[in-house]
Amino acid sequence: MRRIYDFHGGIYPAERKTLSNEGSIRKAAIPSQLVLPLAQHIGPTAAPAVAVGQEVRGGERLTDLSGLPLHAPTSGVIGAIEERPIPHASGMMAPCIVINCDKEDRWIELTPVEDFRRLSPDQLGRQLFEAGIAGLGGAGFPTARKLPGDSNDAIKTLIINGTECEPYITSDDALMRERADRIIAGVEILAHIARPKEILIGIEDNKPEAIAAFETALARREDMELVTFPTKYPSGGEKQLIEILTGKEVPSGGLPASIGILCQNVGTAAAVHDAIVLGRPLVSRVTTVTGESARNRGNFDVLLGTPMEDLLAQADYQPTVRQRLIMGGPMMGVTLADHRCPVIKTTNCLLVPGPGELPEPEPAQACIRCGLCAEACPARLLPQQLYWFARAQNHEQLEEHHLFDCIECGACSYVCPSHIPLVQYYRASKAAVREQKADNARADHARERFEARQERMAREAAEKEAKRAARKRAALAKAADQAADGDPIQAAIERAQARKAALAKTPGDEQAIQREKLARIETRLAKAREKLAADDGSDPAITSALEKAVATTESKLADLQTTIAGAGGTPARTDSDSETTSETENA
Amino acid sequence: MSLLVVTSPHAHGPMSTSRVMGTVLMATLPGVVALTYYFGAGVIVNIVFGGLVALLCESLALLLRKQAVKPFLKDYSALVTSTLLCIALPPYAPWWLLLVGVSFSILIAKHLYGGLGYNPFNPAMVGYVVLLISFPLQMSTWMPPLGVGESVPGLLAALQACFNPESFDAQTMATPLDLMRQNKGLLLSDLYAANPQFGAFQGVGWFAVNAAFLLGGLYLLYKGIFTWHAPVSMLLALSLCALIFYDEGSSASGGSPLFHLFSGATMFGAFFIITDPVSSAVSNRGRLVFGAMIGLLVYTIRVRGNYPDAVAFAVLIANFAAPFIDNYTQPKVYGHGKGKGGSKGSEA
Repeated sequence: MRRIYDFHGGIYPAERKTLSNEGSIRKAAIPSQLVLPLAQHIGPTAAPAVAVGQEVRGGERLTDLSGLPLHAPTSGVIGAIEERPIPHASGMMAPCIVINCDKEDRWIELTPVEDFRRLSPDQLGRQLFEAGIAGLGGAGFPTARKLPGDSNDAIKTLIINGTECEPYITSDDALMRERADRIIAGVEILAHIARPKEILIGIEDNKPEAIAAFETALARREDMELVTFPTKYPSGGEKQLIEILTGKEVPSGGLPASIGILCQNVGTAAAVHDAIVLGRPLVSRVTTVTGESARNRGNFDVLLGTPMEDLLAQADYQPTVRQRLIMGGPMMGVTLADHRCPVIKTTNCLLVPGPGELPEPEPAQACIRCGLCAEACPARLLPQQLYWFARAQNHEQLEEHHLFDCIECGACSYVCPSHIPLVQYYRASKAAVREQKADNARADHARERFEARQERMAREAAEKEAKRAARKRAALAKAADQAADGDPIQAAIERAQARKAALAKTPGDEQAIQREKLARIETRLAKAREKLAADDGSDPAITSALEKAVATTESKLADLQTTIAGAGGTPARTDSDSETTSETENA
Repeated sequence: MSLLVVTSPHAHGPMSTSRVMGTVLMATLPGVVALTYYFGAGVIVNIVFGGLVALLCESLALLLRKQAVKPFLKDYSALVTSTLLCIALPPYAPWWLLLVGVSFSILIAKHLYGGLGYNPFNPAMVGYVVLLISFPLQMSTWMPPLGVGESVPGLLAALQACFNPESFDAQTMATPLDLMRQNKGLLLSDLYAANPQFGAFQGVGWFAVNAAFLLGGLYLLYKGIFTWHAPVSMLLALSLCALIFYDEGSSASGGSPLFHLFSGATMFGAFFIITDPVSSAVSNRGRLVFGAMIGLLVYTIRVRGNYPDAVAFAVLIANFAAPFIDNYTQPKVYGHGKGKGGSKGSEA
């Protein structure tokens, strides 16, 4: 006998399954109009591949393959492709393909796979994708994406989820009771794809008929094991079921595949069978209609896209004041604002409670930290701590206390004696934390861009500056080379003289230069004498300096004259002398 | 046709705050009956008068805080506070003692900190300690229990004691702990033999009173009002301390584990005081630490401290530590850690 593990927490709400689990699955009537939202599952949506006015037949693909495709559930004419209310907690509108049904239910020719064992996992996965198969348990994860491909054989355990732990819902129960063989055939296909070492079919012990049906169907099989376990909510949560059957935990943020487990719902297994063995795409599902506002309750095989009001009418729905229309069960189901919302791939139940059946929540009181929520939490969180942090918007502590491991099962809200809508706080907080993270990421990105720009500008400026400095240095060096004495005018004159000399190219050069110098010194002497004559003698220091300058210049002139006369002496020395003179003059 | 849109879950469990508080009040009954049997009607007068004061203070505080009075009064939390405090107070306490204690509990220890759910300290114990420090004489005036005194006072005598204290002739007696403290060096058996009023190993009546509170506590456990962690941890820690220092006889030993478990406010504290969810640690692991800390403190204060009222002080000190304990005793969340092992025991 297999060991059954327990998971922490959990609750025992009134099951109320007998409201809808008597009688067999009824085929719901084809409505006059089907509304098929493009998004009925998690992940990217496909684009419509049909046009308004186009005639379609049952099984015909309505979209391209850019996302999980949709198929026509019956024959008719495309009436519109437009935004319609969809079953979503926010009451939002989304693009839908509308089929005006002709009620003749003409189908295209289906192409069943004759022997699925001859196809590879990838080929089968492709078939399932093209048949539009998504998980029918609730989340609506595209089935093919969960399956390992040809190259991956890491799945050890295939778990088939027949738990259906939410109160009221009986659609999986009905399916297991009536179509166990079909489910098992689907499991065989899934097993062929995933090649698990063991296959476990998990059913809660509150479904004796379903268990009996499977016991019969599995009587001579060794490869699949039926496991039953005590009824407790939320045993049907994927992570909880894995814990019950294997004792293992899916790592936070990871997928079951990371610990070698693949989990599929019984409804999905049946749909896999239909898609491969019958070649029939996913165009209908079993949906429970229950609650005291519906008098003719039960399970319906209903075409996807059927407006809920049409389905409810078949269950003799008598709405009351303050009527709630819940898609799903009383624990995790969402209330819808519009009866016209269509049944989609994840619609396992329509719950229409009568007056007083599911009392509206009482006003919230103060949290007394009683800890009942922590006792009930299957994820072993501390819900009341999360609640305080959520109220304080303390995002850091929320993450520290693992807000994102909350599976939103609602067990904490259920047990809270103060009637605090805890799950609502967590949903809002998750959204707020995600938003803040997105904001932070945007801010970080902007900051990085700004910093990069600053850096780039600084680098460019530095380069420019370096170039400028280099040019300046070059110019200075050039100037220094050309005018060793640092007098640019002198240098220019000298350059001119050099040019002149080069032009003249006469042997008497040297003398010509000397003569020019002589002329300059003579000019200088004349100026010095002028200044001396102009001096009023108010400052003896200046007067004496001027006198000295005149004397020096005179002696220099005499020297030069001697030099020219004798064509001897060194011009360089004369130069430096003349420099000293000019300095004296400037003073 | 308009539909009502509300968020899930749409089902709600049967528990409510008033039901939790009501159950706690119910569970005090065995203990109150035992106290009344041994100490007379003074216990009842305490609880009734204290309850009235509590409701008045609660209403006043709610009015001042501009909050709805009726829904809060209906949660019975004020009554629980006053009842627990009045059980801890000496029977035949004068009315003003009750008034001061209860109003301090409700107005200061509860509402000044933000009301129900926000008080960091156990309000009943705050009230108790305030009285103990302010009025030590009145607080240590316990009547001798039935079996020591000839009979216990009736209702009229109790009302007289409460509302006309001067005319009431109070009798008091020492506690076994006092006796042990004052007579070091004697064998406990000799001590008990010389003082028959203490019965076999603790004060007369106190065994029954503790057993009655234990019964009430077990009822609360059965009802799932709190988890076993804090009480069991406290009682274990207290027993362990007593066991370590017990030398089977001398009065210097500090008393046997059984003596500590069934004397004074041990069971009352373990099941009605330290289980106060608001001011205790929040996780089960945290409650184990919280309870053990109180057990240790109760023993230490009883045997080494100057006040014999160990539970009240121990609880308040542990209340201080609760947020710190919480920080270090977060439970291991699903998917963090033991993922790949595949083994799983009963998770605390």
